[in-house]
Amino acid sequence: MRPLKFVPDNTNIAFLSYRWWALCLSVLLLTGSIVLVAVNGLNWGIDFVGGQSIRVTFQKPVNMGELRTRLEGMEVGDVVIQQMTDPKVVSIRIPLDGEATNPIGKCMGQGVGKDGKSDDSNSIASKVRGELVRAYPGVDIGAVNSVSGKVGCELFSTGSIALALAMLGISLFIWFRFEWQFGVGALVTLFHDVVLTFGFFALTRLTFDLNVIAAILTIIGYSLNDTIVIYDRIRENLRKYRKMEIEPILNLSVNETLSRTVTTSMSLAITLAILLFVGPDTIFGFTASMLLGIVIGTFSSFYISAPVLIWLNVKPDSFLQSDTNKSGAERIGESFPHKK
Amino acid sequence: MLDFPRWKFWLVIVATVMGVIAAVPSMLPEATRNQLPGWWKNTHINLGLDLSGGSHLLLEADTADVRKQQIERMEETIRTEMRRASPKVEISDISTANGALSFMPRNPAQLDQAVDVARQQTNGIGIGGQRDWTVAVRDSTRIVMTPTEAGVNYEIDSALETARNVVAKRIDPEGTKEITVVRQGSDRILVQVPGLQDPEGLKRLLGKTAKLEFKLVDLNADPAEVAAGRAPAGSQILPLQAGGKIAVKRRLMVSGDELNDARQDFGQNGEAVVSIRFNNSGGRKFGRVTAENVSKPFAIILDNVVISAPNINEPILGGSAQISGTFTVESANELAISLRSGKLPVALKVIEESSVSAELGQDSIQKGVLAGILATLALVFYMIITYFRFGVYTTIALFVNALLVLGLMAIFNATLTLPGIAGFVLTIGAAVDANVLINERIREELRRGRQTMQAVEFGYKEASTAIFDANITNVISAIILFWFGSGPIKGFAVVLALGIATSVFTGVTFTRLLVSQYLQRNRPKTLTL
Repeated sequence: MRPLKFVPDNTNIAFLSYRWWALCLSVLLLTGSIVLVAVNGLNWGIDFVGGQSIRVTFQKPVNMGELRTRLEGMEVGDVVIQQMTDPKVVSIRIPLDGEATNPIGKCMGQGVGKDGKSDDSNSIASKVRGELVRAYPGVDIGAVNSVSGKVGCELFSTGSIALALAMLGISLFIWFRFEWQFGVGALVTLFHDVVLTFGFFALTRLTFDLNVIAAILTIIGYSLNDTIVIYDRIRENLRKYRKMEIEPILNLSVNETLSRTVTTSMSLAITLAILLFVGPDTIFGFTASMLLGIVIGTFSSFYISAPVLIWLNVKPDSFLQSDTNKSGAERIGESFPHKK
Repeated sequence: MLDFPRWKFWLVIVATVMGVIAAVPSMLPEATRNQLPGWWKNTHINLGLDLSGGSHLLLEADTADVRKQQIERMEETIRTEMRRASPKVEISDISTANGALSFMPRNPAQLDQAVDVARQQTNGIGIGGQRDWTVAVRDSTRIVMTPTEAGVNYEIDSALETARNVVAKRIDPEGTKEITVVRQGSDRILVQVPGLQDPEGLKRLLGKTAKLEFKLVDLNADPAEVAAGRAPAGSQILPLQAGGKIAVKRRLMVSGDELNDARQDFGQNGEAVVSIRFNNSGGRKFGRVTAENVSKPFAIILDNVVISAPNINEPILGGSAQISGTFTVESANELAISLRSGKLPVALKVIEESSVSAELGQDSIQKGVLAGILATLALVFYMIITYFRFGVYTTIALFVNALLVLGLMAIFNATLTLPGIAGFVLTIGAAVDANVLINERIREELRRGRQTMQAVEFGYKEASTAIFDANITNVISAIILFWFGSGPIKGFAVVLALGIATSVFTGVTFTRLLVSQYLQRNRPKTLTL
């Protein structure tokens, strides 16, 4: 019996020759994401826009149309009703100023002052709760969340700051550990991944709440994981093969780490898929975005992080000034896989 | 690499065993856990409200109200002290507009004396020699007192501290429940009540400042003027609970601060009332004023609303009274609790609320744990068929890693939240990555024709830089999340950070120990990997 290998030994795939095609795909996806976010908008959770959310478990699967009519009849504002994977469980959201609310305009613009709204929205939750208990005997109110407009704005701005800081901090770290081109590469990669994740949320209309910020930060972390492993190998090979052109070095590095990339991505994907289907549905959006992040992250570390180094003109002697040859000299002679 | 020093060997073993010991109590059912010795049973993980069920309220204090009260109190003090001063200083044209108190002595010659008196009413704050008020003279006639920034902050801080105590007393008068009432930032109070599912009652309880006052009704006020909201000198217009307005004297007969007790009771007609008992001085004051004003009405004022204005039929000397209004048994009981716990020095508003039922929490735990077990099993299978013996080492490292994360969380008494469970499952993924990096590198070195020992040594050495760099980026995310995140997200960050630390330890150091033991004992010629 032999160990399982998804990737054969000594692969020699010229990944980087497809970089222009990949770039086209990336630009297409990025544009698509931006357009989707601009046109469709995100399905903001009440964490950011303020309002109420109620999670209800009914005795038996409930008629959604009837529930909608009943709640809309109460004139409590725009109600978003969503059925969970379990048809007995329904999530009801009542954003402060209706579904179209966009925290960007609201928090940066004028809206913060008129906080009086949160009070009547507070009583809205009580009203909806009372109505549900009356109309559907035996109903279980699983969770109630209410966030005032002011707190919503705070969460939104701290979330945005956290995201920006993380991207910046990680890029600075990579600049510090590698070279500035690598730092730029990481930043571009992160930007790419984050924009695509936003596009994913605009497309699927999954609730964009505070947990998603955590998910995006984790995606950043793991996408960077891939990027760093490849960068680390590029650095090693740059020191080792001084005479080689940059493109073959990148190809060699991606190929050498390919087996690791596949194995790790597979194990993460397995973990997340199980969490997605077996885990609590309250973190469905979280897990779904992470799963997508694995795919985007792997793609971007091949086709954004690596080609950026070519475009930024990294040369084999980039590391010469700072490092004297260490690991290269100890190498045992080996057949050079990229001789043309 | 093969000569793993003895001390290092034992350090790894001891760290692992300690982590595992710390993890044990959290996995036992509560009853079993309580039989453990004290130090051991207290080392356990707390469950966040989203898992245990309960209510979470974030209250915000109305700081503008604190500023207003601060100025009003100073106005009161200045009036009294100027009267008491010798010679007496007559003041006029008192204004409390624009966040400052200003007034004029009637006799301009007394300006310096008035400034002195005013200065005496200010206090030093902290060690910087700063004072809580500034006293200035404008146009050589008018004295302007403005609270300093430090003075206002001190005032807000002490109001919040009192409010925190009052809130804790109102929610849990006996002090026996496991509630959390903590200050958050400069003007917020976080309340967490495990087990509570419907926070409506709690919100009603905290929504009232419960400022109780007894004042005489101003019988000379012109009803037309009152309806128009214009108060005669020395009086104020207040809304009646039953509707309409009433003029009452500004002067306080007695306030709710001088209560000994308050409880829900039933009145003569069986309606719900609140019985109160004054303390000694309060009872004396109440007795004296009622004796002087027999057959006149007085107003019972709660939070600036007149609940009722009964006639004084006879002097009330026993120090007890009943407040009747349109109470239900429940609302009378809530008022009694509020009065017993004292008034809130500042109005609080609920700005964030979340409550989760215990069933939903239980359901989340079960599903989360199930997902965790399944994910681990799947990974174990995947690792073993991919790396054989090294896969087994990876598996052992995974289990130790899981136990260590739990153990560390228990040692820090960290709170496990729902996103925390997700973070936990992810940590397992991260731990796998470290081992995958190492194992792949060993494979590569073997392919290049290295001997087994050398290949393993190089595998660990070369993979470590990538593992280190990659994990630092995760640490950066975790720190930022912890810094900015609130509640559940913080829980995620904690698990992520601990998980990164332990996964590097188990993934690199711990597996190396296992591998070096194997290589030393068996000295294999080839490795199946």
